[in-house]
This record gives sequence, structure tokens and C-alpha cells, in this order.
Amino acid sequence: MTETGEPSRPAPLLTDDNHFYWDAAREGRLVTQKCLRCGRLRHPPGPMCPACHSLDFEIIDLAGEGVVYSYAILHHPQNPAFEYPVLAALVDLAEGVRVLSNLVDIDPSEITIGMPVTVDFRPTRHDGAVPVFKPKRTVNG
Amino acid sequence: MDSRLRDATAIVGVGQTEFSKAAGRSETQLAAEAILAALADAGLTTADVDGLVSYTIDPVEETELVRTVGIPEVHFSSRVPYGGGGSQGVLLHAAAAVAAGVADVVVAYRAIKARSGERFGRAAVGGRGTSSHSGSTAMQWCTPYGVLTPASWMSLNSVRYMHTYGVSSEDFGRAVVQFREYAANNPNAHFYKKPITLDDHQASRWIAEPAIRLFDCCQETDGSVALVITSAERASASNEPVLIGAAANAALFEEEIASNHYTPDIATMDGCSAMAARLFEGYGFTRSDIDVAMIYDAFSPMFFLQLEALGFCGPGEAKDFIADGNLGPQGSLPCNTNGGLIGEGYIHGLNLTAEAVRQLRGQSANQLVDPTTALICASRTGVILRRP
Repeated sequence: MTETGEPSRPAPLLTDDNHFYWDAAREGRLVTQKCLRCGRLRHPPGPMCPACHSLDFEIIDLAGEGVVYSYAILHHPQNPAFEYPVLAALVDLAEGVRVLSNLVDIDPSEITIGMPVTVDFRPTRHDGAVPVFKPKRTVNG
Repeated sequence: MDSRLRDATAIVGVGQTEFSKAAGRSETQLAAEAILAALADAGLTTADVDGLVSYTIDPVEETELVRTVGIPEVHFSSRVPYGGGGSQGVLLHAAAAVAAGVADVVVAYRAIKARSGERFGRAAVGGRGTSSHSGSTAMQWCTPYGVLTPASWMSLNSVRYMHTYGVSSEDFGRAVVQFREYAANNPNAHFYKKPITLDDHQASRWIAEPAIRLFDCCQETDGSVALVITSAERASASNEPVLIGAAANAALFEEEIASNHYTPDIATMDGCSAMAARLFEGYGFTRSDIDVAMIYDAFSPMFFLQLEALGFCGPGEAKDFIADGNLGPQGSLPCNTNGGLIGEGYIHGLNLTAEAVRQLRGQSANQLVDPTTALICASRTGVILRRP
């Protein structure tokens, strides 16, 4: 966030194939593509199901629950749009989709592979938003 | 698979510019200088050249190159995608074109100003919705998250690899120390006369923790390398030809390029394994045939994944293979004897090919004793070269 309140995170690049994902994020929803013919989920999105070649798909909401599949604490080089270190992660979602994202609300030293995380959202420039992930806290934790 | 390319063609000339941090001239000029050096090495002229191959990401236009060096007539031109992972694909394209008879003499080149020009490590946030055939379509998923550089993309694979097999930064460092030892003796290397210890490696700052330190990264470099490829028959009359014994490419479903994050297990390099199967079993070579190897070390962890995918050791065993000294001049698989991309410089992988040719010709700064067969691997593309 800049001093003026405008988020500094760059807005996602919108294409014909991907805009539904980022449109949903702006509404606070984590979604994925599901093939209408064979039911296969796919991410990153694409125009055709690689398994059955159907062009028809629906956009389904995901629960936003997953585990950290891998991560990295990025120190250098730095871009002024981000706060460092950047906490990068691959999250395996419960539905079987893997997404690249950031971890938030966590000390870098506490990150472990396999830790449960839950979705949150962060604003970008141009009124966009991106799904990010925070540690899943237990009730007593 | 059909192995008719085996020994059908040869590299007859190698040329390069100096490697630097600021070439002070255009990529077109760098390519032209390297190509003329390679042709002189081959005893050929630009009038002999009728084929051109480079990378999709290379900035030098074929037409501009032809106009610059004065090639009368081009019969074949192509480009290989996948960035540096496609670097050895230029030899597959060249060999296939020559073996098919559509070109007689093909020049493969890469000209790059990776330090003074467009740096890979510049952490830019601009994204493109359409591909430049080097991963830009997949990278749009990384940009809004600050995952902006090759080191950051590959660190996710590297950390998963460390987690899966219990590999440490020190383990990566042992490979780097060996590459820097080779580089220290190579006057063309950025790190000439600058060897490091494992402590030096461990003291270098984090780029992407806990996998990639500064000394695990290749050197952003300006320069150019060119190779001249022709038929084995025509090569026999030339000076010190090196036969292309095998050339292969394997790009698998759902593999991305530098941001290869979506295959089921990113701690293994399955595309490299598939490529290796074609290279070895497909062409009738064995691992024990290889006297010296050049393996694409953009970042040291990626070297480990390839070493395992190539079958020189099992999954997770690269750290022990390396700790046992196998990469050194007395080891079972001397690797990256120019210092690699980490120690010599980063001409996007084609300088590794040049070093393999030098080893087989007996011209390396770190010359091994009488090597006859060399492997060059850039993950999804690879080549086996051998002395006739």
C-alpha cells in the first residue's frame, strides 16, 4: 500500500482466457475452471479441455483451503511494487488444483511445506484483487 | 525411435566473442562476430552458409543477420522455443535440416546482452498475454505475486526438491565450488582466478531462501556463441570435426518453461528424463560412454535435478554424487569444465556447447585426458557429441 492508499501490487494481466479468475478475485472468490463434459479442473486456465477437447466449461467456487506444496522467501532483486521479503508459495488446494500465490500474516521462519492455509485477498492497482493465503489457525491456536 | 541422425552431421566450427558485463555493441554485431569466427574455425565462408538456427528469444533477426554478414541465399531457418532449456535444440534443428538435405551448412547462434541490455534478473512487472515462446504466458500467473525472476520461479521447484530429498544449501554449494574451481582456471570466465570455498558460498546473500544464494546464480553476461554444422561427409575434410552422435528434445504435457510449477512432482525433472531416454536409449549410447558433461546450471539446484533426471544417479542422490567429487577432473563425470553458466558466464547455454567441442578437440582451459564423448544437457534439449 502506498501513502495515498493506492495499492502498489500490479494488477493481473487480463486475457480472454484468464479474466474470469481475476474477476472472481475482485469479488472475493477463489474459482477454477471445470470442464462441462468430463469434469476435469484446470489451472492455469485455458480455452479447451486437454483431456476431452470440450470448449465448454463452468466456473466453480473453491473452498479456499489447501496446504503449502512449496515456498520461497524472495529477497532480491526487488521491485518497488512489493514489500520484501516476498513470500512466494505454491498451494495445493483441497479440490486438486495448484496455484501460485503469496503467504500473508505469517513470519517467514514459520513457513513449512505441508502447512494448512486458507484463502484471503489483497488489492492490486486498478481496483483489482488477487487470492493470497494465510495460515489456517485452529480455534485454540 | 528413429536414430538416423546418429553421426550424420558434425560441428565443424566454433566461434565466440569475449564474454563481458557490457559489450558496448549490438546483439547483431555480437552474432556477426561470433559467426565469422566460427566460419573461420571451420575453414568456410559466409557463401557456404545456407541455414540459420537460433532461439525464439534471440533478438537478432535473420534478415538483419544475412544483411550484416553477407549470406547469399538461405534455404533453412528456424528457432527453438523454451528459452535456455531449448538451447541444445539448435543442434537438433541444424542436424535434422542437414540430414534431410534441405541445407548444407547451418549456423547456430545466440547473441545476448543479458547484463547491459534486458536483464533476466531485473524484476520487472510488465506482463504479456501472448507468448514470446519462452514462458511468458505462464509467467502472467507469477507477476501479481512478485515472483518476477528466473531465480524466484525456479526457487519453488528447488525448495520442494530440498524438502523431498533432504538437500541443503551446503549441498548445492559443493557443486558451485567445483564450477568456480574450473572457472578460476579459464581466462574467458567471469570468475577467472576467483575460486571460492564452501564457506564463501554459505556467506553469500540469499536471493531466494532457503534454496538460492547469490553464488548459486549464473552470471548475467553479454556476448555471443556460434556453431557451424554440416554433414559428416563434408565434415571429414574439415579441421577437427566433432560428430553429433545424438540430439533430442522432450517437452511434456503441463510442463512450463522457467515457471514449471504445475506437474504433479516438481522435485523431479520429468521432461529431462524423457529427453535423456531419447538421447541414450534412442541413439544407442550409455551413461558410461560420457567422458565429460555440460549441464545447464542457471541456478545450482537445477543442476541437481538434471543430474538425477539424466540417470547419472538416483532421485535425491546428486548431493552424494557431488560430495564424492564426481564433477571434478578426476571424477566419474567431470561437469561444466568451463566453469558453467555460474562460473564462466551465461550465453544462454550455448557456451556450454562450445566448451564440449573444445574438450573433444583438446582445447579446453581445463582439458581432460582424451575425452571422446561429451553430453550437453539443457533440461528438455540435449546433445551427445563425439570425436570421429
